[in-house]
Amino acid sequence: MINTRVSVPANANKGDVIELKALIRHPMESGHRRGPRGEAIPRDIIVKFECEYNNNEVLSVDVHPGVSANPLITFYTIATKSGEINFKWTDQHGQVWTDQAKIAVS
Amino acid sequence: MRLCVFFSLLLFVLSNEQLTSYADMMPPPEKVVSGYEFLTVESKALQDDDFANPGMLWVDRGFELYSKEVFGNQSCSSCHGNDGEKLIGIADTYPKIDSQSGELINIEERINLCRSRFLAQSHLPYEDDDLLALTAYVTSKSRGKTITRDWDEELKDHVRAGRNYFYNRRGQMNLSCSQCHNDYWGKSMRGETVSQGHSNGFPTYRFEWQHLGSLHRRFRDCDLGVRAEPHEGGSLIYKQLELYLRLRSEGLTIESPSVRR
Repeated sequence: MINTRVSVPANANKGDVIELKALIRHPMESGHRRGPRGEAIPRDIIVKFECEYNNNEVLSVDVHPGVSANPLITFYTIATKSGEINFKWTDQHGQVWTDQAKIAVS
Repeated sequence: MRLCVFFSLLLFVLSNEQLTSYADMMPPPEKVVSGYEFLTVESKALQDDDFANPGMLWVDRGFELYSKEVFGNQSCSSCHGNDGEKLIGIADTYPKIDSQSGELINIEERINLCRSRFLAQSHLPYEDDDLLALTAYVTSKSRGKTITRDWDEELKDHVRAGRNYFYNRRGQMNLSCSQCHNDYWGKSMRGETVSQGHSNGFPTYRFEWQHLGSLHRRFRDCDLGVRAEPHEGGSLIYKQLELYLRLRSEGLTIESPSVRR
């Protein structure tokens, strides 16, 4: 069961630096581990994380097997105008999870 | 030799019999210290941040399941309040005796009983992801509460059994829980600091597991660590141990979902 959490300040002043956080529940299985009977555990990771603010790209991350399970990504941007911030995770099989939050800029 | 065995047995029986009050069964550490105090600054920060704490992923999921209508229009929230109002502060009252069956139950089993008695839902196996999520949600409603409870007479035998498990040596290494968690807490072992072994943070997110896990999973890990045969999650002896640990951790606050190594 995969679920996500995102944190965006509800209000901000124009020009403010705002902190964005995105957390997803994912095993991030590296593909390098072996199970109790020595069998290889296949790789299963998120390969891409993207964030868009009013359809403008804020951050795009290529994720590799070294990243821990349930990755937390914290980053900053400048509040420009009110709108929606979209978060998108893509795994190696092409499956996509999205989450969004609204921000009011005054 | 035989006489010696007899006397040591007698002594064992006597010392056990003398533990008549709960005060007698309290642990030796004068100062009760939560596992939180043994974490690094970064791990403490992660636990304190209600957004970034990975255990919160399970709390979220638990709330989803809690509010989901599963039996007609009935859900957990039909009885316990839309936001779990009626669950606030109940975590430290478990394990307790179920009035209907007369058996010792913990929160996991209480959830399963509620599911089968009132919602016609299947029994979730121990350590099942949904059960962990529901337990995390229920326990998180007691976050910050100081552990205090009224210790009934009817629990005494269970507490005593749990205490025996805590003090008895077992496994290939011939170690008891108390040797690490009473005698050597605060000292180093394999690059880690031994904690007092309290249960106030469970279910907890452990870095080693990269997953939320129950207290009984932690017991199994400890038993495996001393190379003893672990018991099943939800077994009576683990519930008794859980109960004893509640007595032992009186005065600490409930931190679940906590972050631990």
